[in-house]
Amino acid sequence: MQETEAFQEARRQMAVCNACRYCEGYCAVFPAMAMRREFETADLTHLANLCHGCKGCYHACQYAPPHAFGINIPATFATIRAESYAEYAWPEGMGRAFARNGALVAGLAALGVTLALLLVMALGDPAVLYTAQRGTGAFFRVIPLWLITLLAGTSFVFALVAMTMGGIRYWRATGGLGGPLSAPPAAEAAVDILTLRNLGGGGNGCNDLDDSFAQHRRWLHQAMFYGFLLCFAATTTGAIYHHLLGWHSPHAFLSLPVQLGTWGGVLLCIGTAGLIWVKMATDPVPVARKLLGGEYAMLALLFLIGATGLLLLALRHTGAMGVLLAIHFGLVIALFVVMPYSKMVHGVYRGIALLRNAREKRAGA
Amino acid sequence: MPDFARIYDVLVVGGGNAALCAAITARRAGASVMLCEASPPPLRGGNSRHTRNLRALHPGPTPVLTDSYLEEEYWDDLHRVTAGRTDENLARMCIRASQHAPDFLASCGVVFQPALSGTLSLSRTNAFYLGGGKALVNALYRTAAKLGVVLLTDTEVQHIKVEEGFASEAILSHCGFPERVRFKALVAACGGFQANRQWLRQYWGDAADNFQIRGTPYAQGVVLKDLLAQGVQEVGDPTQFHAVANDARAPMEDGGLAMRLDCVPFAIVVNRDVERFYDEGEDVWPKRYAIWGRLIAQQPGQTALAVTDSQAVLNFLPSVYPPYKADSIAGIAAQAGMDAGKLERVVAEYNAAVRPGTFQPMVPDDCRTEGLTPPKSHWARRIDQPPYYAYPLRPGITFTFLSLKVNERARVLMADGKPSANMFASGEIMSGNILGQGYLAGFGMTLGTVFGRIAGEEAARHARN
Repeated sequence: MQETEAFQEARRQMAVCNACRYCEGYCAVFPAMAMRREFETADLTHLANLCHGCKGCYHACQYAPPHAFGINIPATFATIRAESYAEYAWPEGMGRAFARNGALVAGLAALGVTLALLLVMALGDPAVLYTAQRGTGAFFRVIPLWLITLLAGTSFVFALVAMTMGGIRYWRATGGLGGPLSAPPAAEAAVDILTLRNLGGGGNGCNDLDDSFAQHRRWLHQAMFYGFLLCFAATTTGAIYHHLLGWHSPHAFLSLPVQLGTWGGVLLCIGTAGLIWVKMATDPVPVARKLLGGEYAMLALLFLIGATGLLLLALRHTGAMGVLLAIHFGLVIALFVVMPYSKMVHGVYRGIALLRNAREKRAGA
Repeated sequence: MPDFARIYDVLVVGGGNAALCAAITARRAGASVMLCEASPPPLRGGNSRHTRNLRALHPGPTPVLTDSYLEEEYWDDLHRVTAGRTDENLARMCIRASQHAPDFLASCGVVFQPALSGTLSLSRTNAFYLGGGKALVNALYRTAAKLGVVLLTDTEVQHIKVEEGFASEAILSHCGFPERVRFKALVAACGGFQANRQWLRQYWGDAADNFQIRGTPYAQGVVLKDLLAQGVQEVGDPTQFHAVANDARAPMEDGGLAMRLDCVPFAIVVNRDVERFYDEGEDVWPKRYAIWGRLIAQQPGQTALAVTDSQAVLNFLPSVYPPYKADSIAGIAAQAGMDAGKLERVVAEYNAAVRPGTFQPMVPDDCRTEGLTPPKSHWARRIDQPPYYAYPLRPGITFTFLSLKVNERARVLMADGKPSANMFASGEIMSGNILGQGYLAGFGMTLGTVFGRIAGEEAARHARN
């Protein structure tokens, strides 16, 4: 990892934090810091990715700006996180995609939708876009199944490969495996991820908006995360129905894929809309403003995917279905393509950081 | 714009824990309350912003305190650090009331944390609030605001009009504009005068220029001086304060807790003349850290150097600023600007006097010197394992003890011994009633909470009658 200004700043701040340690009860970062005396770039990269940006340490800080020490861990670590996303992006050189991430995500979403609409018109009768389609195979009369499989499949597989490669590069750069992997730390990391324990502020919540404590971000992120997973499960179930069981869409409202997708879409919309609200309402000082564009764009993209999915369900028997399906499909393809170069990668690095932390705790104890 | 025309039941001067406890208590008792904090919002809270815990009596384990800490032991601890320079009645009253201080603060939204790690192993005697003092201050302000206390920041009270022990109005500067506010009762909770270097110079001369003020730069002692000049009885030695060994490179003001150095018991400490001057291992650090500020303040140039080696460097918390580091004692001397030969001689004499023992960092062990003056009674190990480390020290003043005299109901006493009709005090501005000298970790917050509550209660009662 390159030694940038953010790292120098983080090292200066860690020297103060490590002599103070008032924040040890808030999250995993400060106990992990206390295990260290030197802060190499690898250490700082790890700590930054362990940080969930809950802002508890900022609002509790006796040295926060305008104090001369100007301690602002959430903003500093967010900057390092973004630099690490760029550094470990695969293939090499794609890190540049993080520079103007908001424009990239928004641009790709627009491109995806445009392309989907154009493809539909080029490959078949443009009239499918505004005439009602009913009965088995209705969706595939708008977009052929082979095209869905080809575009979604390749872009998704690419996203998985690219994010895995990024994860491996990150893991190596922050210290490698360092011994065999055992079950207890892996289980602890999994619980940390699934419960977002570090967005609990030690049990009393985080400073989501100001110096008051709440768990808005935790629950909204959970809604988004589990909503996303439900949507993914809906698509997977649909594929199983189609390819293995020979049950073809559209499925009934109470069928498993539609139920999974409906609740997933609702949660995804609530979560992303809520997180956008938190971002707009929160105290702006402990925030890395440079990164906001990419974060807003990704939240908006996920919201639109959820919203168009729900609309598609509501209007699937009408003439609006064709256009909605093309838009929804275009947005999903855009998500898959941009995923390895967006805020989405934080899941990979955060997960690795939590795993490393769980192992360190055991080694240190 | 706050309403300066109305007459408030209670005016609270100050914006730290002592002031907020008084304001919240008075407001809960039904009084209208205005609170004036001199600092701008981000630095509000006085010295409370830099605190970490409070010392509380407890007959048995609680969720935040282990074991038990009873009145006699608490009193013994206080008696020992003050060398008997205390008011036993007032002290015991405060100790007994401290039992309820954590619950009161919790009722105001302050979150305490379970027992913790760290070098000051205090979880038996002291309750730690999650996130430290600023989190506590945030919670108290939030509670006070919700209750309807009129909270003013950037508001310095400059003068209290007092006639025959009765205070009636305050002259203040609110966001730079002069204002006048009238009230029925006054709570003075605006700290000592430690940040007023001119005032410190009266007692310490040029040495005062070398004192680092650990806490808020707003503790100018304006109201303390103003009230003492108007016939309020004075108590406490003006040269006494709570002070610790700070890193000499710390900012001169507001450096806070992280500037203190815990290396002393695991080092030897020499003054500018390269002479040791006190037993570095007299007792465990939580019981001794508060004497070292004064010890260094009394050395030439108000400076000292703690020297240790690689064997000891992990026994204490890291410093904010990197220590001097060298492969020889002469190298350390060069970095510290000291006579190398002299420092080598001091270390050699010390090493020769170290007796073998079993080193135990957390308890007074049997590692000591023999035939050395001053001795090092515990944790004395030879300093002979390079690289060597050293930390430059200066006195870091937390707060001064010169105070308004109060009775056990926090009521201010006038010079003639009569209680004031409507003035009360809490926190550091009355600390000298109990602290004649010395300091007990976490006692300042106890004092502020206990007397803040009493002052708020009494002020509200006075205003209602």
